[in-house]
Amino acid sequence: MATLTLRDLRKSYGSFEVIKGVDLAIADREFVVFVGPSGCGKSTLLRMIAGLEEITAGELDIDGKVVNRVGPADRGLAMVFQSYALYPHMTVRQNMGFALRLARVPKAERDRKVNEAARVLQLEPYLDRRPKDLSGGQRQRVAIGRAIVRQPKVFLFDEPLSNLDAALRGQMRMELLRLHEALKATMIYVTHDQIEAMTMADKIVVLQAGRVEQVGSPLDLYHHPANLFVAGFIGSPRMNMMPVTAAVVGDAAVTVGLVSGQQIAVPASGGATRPGDALTLGIRPEGLHIDPAGPILVTVSLVERLGGLTLLHVKAAGDQDLTVQIEGGDPTRAHEQIRLAIDPAACHLFDKAGQALPRPARHTLAA
Amino acid sequence: MVPSVAVLLAWMIVPLVMTVWFSFQRYNLIDPSMTGFAGIDNYRFLVTDPDFWVSLENTLLLVGSVLIVTVGLGTLLAVLFNQPFPGRNIARVLAISPFFVMPTVSALIWKNLLMHPIYGVFGTLASSVGMQPVDWFADYPLASVIAIVSWEWLPFALLILLTAVQSLDHEQREAARMDGAGPIAQFVFITLPHLSRAIGVVIMIETIFLLTVFAEIFVTTSGGPGNATTNLAFLIYARALLQYDIGGASAGGVVAIVLANIVAFFLVRSIARRLEI
Repeated sequence: MATLTLRDLRKSYGSFEVIKGVDLAIADREFVVFVGPSGCGKSTLLRMIAGLEEITAGELDIDGKVVNRVGPADRGLAMVFQSYALYPHMTVRQNMGFALRLARVPKAERDRKVNEAARVLQLEPYLDRRPKDLSGGQRQRVAIGRAIVRQPKVFLFDEPLSNLDAALRGQMRMELLRLHEALKATMIYVTHDQIEAMTMADKIVVLQAGRVEQVGSPLDLYHHPANLFVAGFIGSPRMNMMPVTAAVVGDAAVTVGLVSGQQIAVPASGGATRPGDALTLGIRPEGLHIDPAGPILVTVSLVERLGGLTLLHVKAAGDQDLTVQIEGGDPTRAHEQIRLAIDPAACHLFDKAGQALPRPARHTLAA
Repeated sequence: MVPSVAVLLAWMIVPLVMTVWFSFQRYNLIDPSMTGFAGIDNYRFLVTDPDFWVSLENTLLLVGSVLIVTVGLGTLLAVLFNQPFPGRNIARVLAISPFFVMPTVSALIWKNLLMHPIYGVFGTLASSVGMQPVDWFADYPLASVIAIVSWEWLPFALLILLTAVQSLDHEQREAARMDGAGPIAQFVFITLPHLSRAIGVVIMIETIFLLTVFAEIFVTTSGGPGNATTNLAFLIYARALLQYDIGGASAGGVVAIVLANIVAFFLVRSIARRLEI
């Protein structure tokens, strides 16, 4: 049982502010992912929660108690580090039991807890080996095991999968989700990989330059990004962005003119937008289709065939690069000219400041 | 490679063979009439000389004590100098600088400026609080030599151990903090095991040099009072150049070689085992 509340949390190094006021509520048993480009402050925020970095201003509550001045070991948290940070001179068993040994837990109970964690993580055959004799995935599991034996209220993960190869990363993602369900614990996970964020999170916190850009469920962020940054950061391949001009502004729809001259009526509420304003139209690669009668004429520059998907990288009028995602195979080849149609319902509009114009219809899966 | 190996081999073998050869000869610098094969006489005189056993004991005491002081203090100082504090870089340079002072000079400074009961700083400090100044080299001769040699070698230990402390992964220390380790537990369970290899290297290198400490003893006590500060190196010097007995000195030299090799054997083996980890 653990809830966390961050109230206007700030961190400065001298006069340089890296975390510029973060407000966040984390519910019990929630899997929260902090995601953002490198240098956005996500790891610093996690370390502030862990107690490894001092909090400059603001308040951090765990279970309703302010813990700003509580040391890292007494906050009831456990952390898995990016480098795993296993103790090289200790066996797996000693690594996992170290916290209990320091807490003077009797040996019998210590062994029981370590064995239990080793069973959950399938580490039993390796208990008497040293970290250097383990593979990357096994070391990762030992690091998680070291966290589990302490039975913490909250698990903190600092980019735990970034040192693993792609196949192992996918596997460990599943294992972590399974573990989250089995342990019924609150987890906070930091990553720069938006796929990890999308697949694992109950709630994603997108950070940029020390500020929270948006908080929401993965599909919430995918279908209703609050601004250009989130729209561009979430989703792979990236959302296409095109400069457009507002033509007719209404509360339910905004008609915009493309560079090529065609007009599209996008379901969005115009708000303060005036006709003639410059806007940005965002459309995800799967929102574009090949259509001989479509309004956009493009030249294919590169085709990526992934088997189940085909990605077309194309150039539109005004030297605009677009990506089109097509289900299944597609015979289109590079340097061909094709016409694309846009699904207006899949379009996002952003004003000059980069803020999204609200879309009246919520996506059915976006909470 | 062959020529260089040949040169190195000759470089090593010639003095070694000559030492062994002289140790079986009657060879006295002031009595050219004493010549010829001595058999094991030189060795017999050596082992029946109480000075020899005292010098062995002094050698081991000196090496052991200096090792304990330099490694112990060096480890603590290395951890201390790894903490951020104002003026850390200057403090590091100051702590390391004794290593750049040559042994003869540092021995003279300790003897005349620090430990001298009348002119020395220690004596002045003692009398300023009303205590009787201590005549260090008369009352605690070996301890005084140990203090000087420790002062010279502490920077070396500090330098090696400081770089080792700096190479400790900071996430490991943070993980220990999360696991509930306070500063002492972090030192005992994380820092010290991490330093074990560096400590092994310090012990090995220092031992090799400490077995042959000579200048400090020659300058301060000349092996005395009596034989209180005579170590093996000084005994060999005394045999050869004070008593002009080259044969006896060579026998002592052979014993020193054997002793050094025994120590080196154990140290190299234990270090090699550590390096595998």
